[in-house]
Amino acid sequence: MITPDLIASHQLSQEEYEKIVSILGREPTYTELGIFSVMWSEHCSYKSSRVHLKKLPTRGKLVVQGPGENAGIIDIGGGYAIAFKIESHNHPSFIEPFQGAATGVGGILRDIFTMGARPIAAMDSLRFGPLDDPENGARNRRILEGVVSGIAHYGNCFGVPTVGGECIFERCYNGNPLVNAFALGVFRKDEIFYGRARGIGNPVIYVGAKTGRDGIHGASMASAEFSEESSQKRPNVQVGDPFMEKLLLEACLEAMQTGAIVGIQDMGAAGLTCSTCEMGSRAGTGIEINLELVPQRETGMTPYEIMLSESQERMLLVAEKGREEEVFRIFKKWGLDAVTIGTVTDDGMLRVKDRGQVVAEIPNRALADEAPVYERPHTTPLRTAPMEAPEFRSRGLAEDLSALLASGDICSKRWIWEQYDYMVQTNTVQGPGGDAAVVRIKDTDISVAMSLDGNGRYTYLSPREGAKLAVAECCRNLAAVGAEPVAATNCLNFGNPERPEIMAQLVEAIEGMADACRHFDTPITGGNVSLYNETLGEAIYPTPVLGVVGLMKTAAPVTIDFKRPGRAVILLGGLGECDAIRFGGTQYAKVVLGSLWGLPPALDMDYEKRVQAAVRQIVAEGIAESAHDLSDGGLAVALAESCFGPAGVGAALELDSDLRPEFLLFHEGPSRVLISTSRPEEALRIAAEHGIEAVQAGTTIEGRLRIINRGETLLDLDIAPLRQAWEGALETRLRG
Amino acid sequence: MKFGVVVFPGSNCDHDAWYAIARNLGQPAEFLWHESASLGGCDAVILPGGFSYGDYLRGGAIAKFSPIMGAVKKFARDGGLVLGICNGFQILTEAGLLPGALTRNRGLKFICRPVGLRLETTASPFTSAGRKGQVLTMPIAHNEGCYQADERTIAQLEDEDRIVFRYTHNPNGSMHDIAGILNEGRNVLGMMPHPERACDPLMGSTDGLVVLQSMAAALTGSRT
Repeated sequence: MITPDLIASHQLSQEEYEKIVSILGREPTYTELGIFSVMWSEHCSYKSSRVHLKKLPTRGKLVVQGPGENAGIIDIGGGYAIAFKIESHNHPSFIEPFQGAATGVGGILRDIFTMGARPIAAMDSLRFGPLDDPENGARNRRILEGVVSGIAHYGNCFGVPTVGGECIFERCYNGNPLVNAFALGVFRKDEIFYGRARGIGNPVIYVGAKTGRDGIHGASMASAEFSEESSQKRPNVQVGDPFMEKLLLEACLEAMQTGAIVGIQDMGAAGLTCSTCEMGSRAGTGIEINLELVPQRETGMTPYEIMLSESQERMLLVAEKGREEEVFRIFKKWGLDAVTIGTVTDDGMLRVKDRGQVVAEIPNRALADEAPVYERPHTTPLRTAPMEAPEFRSRGLAEDLSALLASGDICSKRWIWEQYDYMVQTNTVQGPGGDAAVVRIKDTDISVAMSLDGNGRYTYLSPREGAKLAVAECCRNLAAVGAEPVAATNCLNFGNPERPEIMAQLVEAIEGMADACRHFDTPITGGNVSLYNETLGEAIYPTPVLGVVGLMKTAAPVTIDFKRPGRAVILLGGLGECDAIRFGGTQYAKVVLGSLWGLPPALDMDYEKRVQAAVRQIVAEGIAESAHDLSDGGLAVALAESCFGPAGVGAALELDSDLRPEFLLFHEGPSRVLISTSRPEEALRIAAEHGIEAVQAGTTIEGRLRIINRGETLLDLDIAPLRQAWEGALETRLRG
Repeated sequence: MKFGVVVFPGSNCDHDAWYAIARNLGQPAEFLWHESASLGGCDAVILPGGFSYGDYLRGGAIAKFSPIMGAVKKFARDGGLVLGICNGFQILTEAGLLPGALTRNRGLKFICRPVGLRLETTASPFTSAGRKGQVLTMPIAHNEGCYQADERTIAQLEDEDRIVFRYTHNPNGSMHDIAGILNEGRNVLGMMPHPERACDPLMGSTDGLVVLQSMAAALTGSRT
């Protein structure tokens, strides 16, 4: 009996329920109600964001597969392609940090290898509340430690290198940490597999781990705000087994080689439900399955539980009829279950039987493609920060720099990334700690560069500009290692879209991102939307995270640190512009002044693109010995980070600027990259050819960091204590 | 000359070892499935890094029971060259081919980083191409690399010149800074650092080739 309470507890509205009744022409069964509720959840259906996501560019000359499949695919040349995507696992990671993060990694890896690609790199974009938060510090530290060990546990055992990422701290993430996991895989271009249930009469085969009661309604949980009772949802979080996933990877890739597999999809959010109806819907076919055949690790599971379980490390595949044995043999070799649980039919229905009795019968299309779509009202983006800048004056530029280097967002994240195996597979040309990570593709001369970036403060001050800046920064990170950006994936982390001022943040951020992705030729090939990131009515900053992927010729890496004294230091792009309003989103405003106001830095996308082209050419031609883009903390922080290499080489800059010292040193205007070179004339010539400013700022020296502006010494410091502040900060804070 | 790389379920450095031998060293290499009872005529065997059998129970504790380990033991007893890297080292200690045990790192965390290794002896088929006292750079990537043994065993290892590599900066709490040891016959080496990750200039170091080149030389020598 379906009661209004039962409907509400499935997070379906009365209108949605009526739509279900009209689709079925009758009342749904309890199992059907469960199936609709997960497929029509925000997490699976994108019902609030869908109309706006259409604004994003998705096509490009290298795009083989855009959004709608398990991952996007790009042609990288030489007969190879890469598949990549980013996905959120925010809600589970808050409830159970270790397993939440671990299964986030597991899920995104399956999205990649379900297409036939071997995962060769992973990255993670993390956001937590401050570790020294007076009220929540202890919990934030526990969440960070849990998330990092969860990622390490899964990625290390699976054998994928975690090559980079970001980690940011803000009070707004106190009750809603963000864990966005990215993965990238490589395969031959002619060996791509899709999640399509083709061929009437073909067997539907279940492979991998057995089904248990874990993770039931995970997708719905991820589509609601948190309350004080959320910790009681712990049983909704799945438990991961990376060893099982490693076996599943090897078995799937080997089985794909037989030619007997027609289509394949992983069981992620909404498990068996989602994989069956999506595979059927994409192929325009029906699927009939028998639940008593599903391998189960618990007894007495109801059809409802089996269909909604989010047990990990499972895949659904459709094989060519008559060739099942070839598939079974391989899974047996790897010690995995592989069972035919149903067949592909011609009626377009998802028919679920339990010991002969039909317990659910729903058109695949209604579940996968006909979820309600909302044009939610949106007004002006939420912001309470003032536009006007407060009065302020530095109490000491050296102390400011030290404080910035030791701050959560800027300090070294070595403590985190040393727990990740970032070298396994021996492709990591540039690992964590640089502007972008670079992995080579073996047996080719191609390398893939990748970077994750997002800045919640900027996006909060202006969703449109903040999103553009994130795209620009990602692309600049790639330019700094010599790579050409070719495509992107996005993870949109926002609050409750039913609030018009939050919806407005989402709409404007998407539009800004669309604009920038068009400008930088980085079509979005897939991604994920995570809404309802609110606890007790308090939303996170709007946090779109970009993952941009680029290509380059394999070469020795150009890293951020200065290598030798006596080299010219050049600031490509120039010293930039800043005023008091545009200074309000900087790390200086956050760390030194404890404030947020105004607008994010101004971005001129045409200029940015020219700067990137120049940097890319200078790095790719081997002219730069080091290259580091300016971002958080501006010029002074970028310069300090360039001084923290093993060689202990610093720099002395002599500038000529009329900006006030705080702005000159710490403003975060984009379109700037700091390089050191023994061939300054060539760098300057290339800069001129691209029509960009290039300031010959000074030279590298032994052991000191010095910045002089128009004869006035702003900073003159020994590198060692700066490095100490930068390196030890995270661990110190973790000790509480 | 043919190298065999054992593939246990959960091995994840097997391809890396194969690549280092086949591409960087330029010698024939093939994979050996854990269920096989034969080494297929290989002249040297590598037990690669990873998480064999998920490292359930303890690192290497289940792998020692797999059929291939019977063949590996016999091969080792007959003087064949066996190199265990990381999880492979753990398997060798669990299987009794090397003394001691590898326990949780001192800091209780997984550590991935390049480390300095002092080459302590060239009197082995794994290090003859190196120089005694030379400091090599190779990465470590492990959670359980803290080498421990009773005092007598440690003294024996020291006295018999069986400590091949010592960390220059001990990352995991290993006794006597031990990073790699030989068996009594000097034909079995277990080491926590990954030589196969240091065989290509693009990976930042080619010092791992010292180990592989020494093995190749030993195999060539034994043939002539």
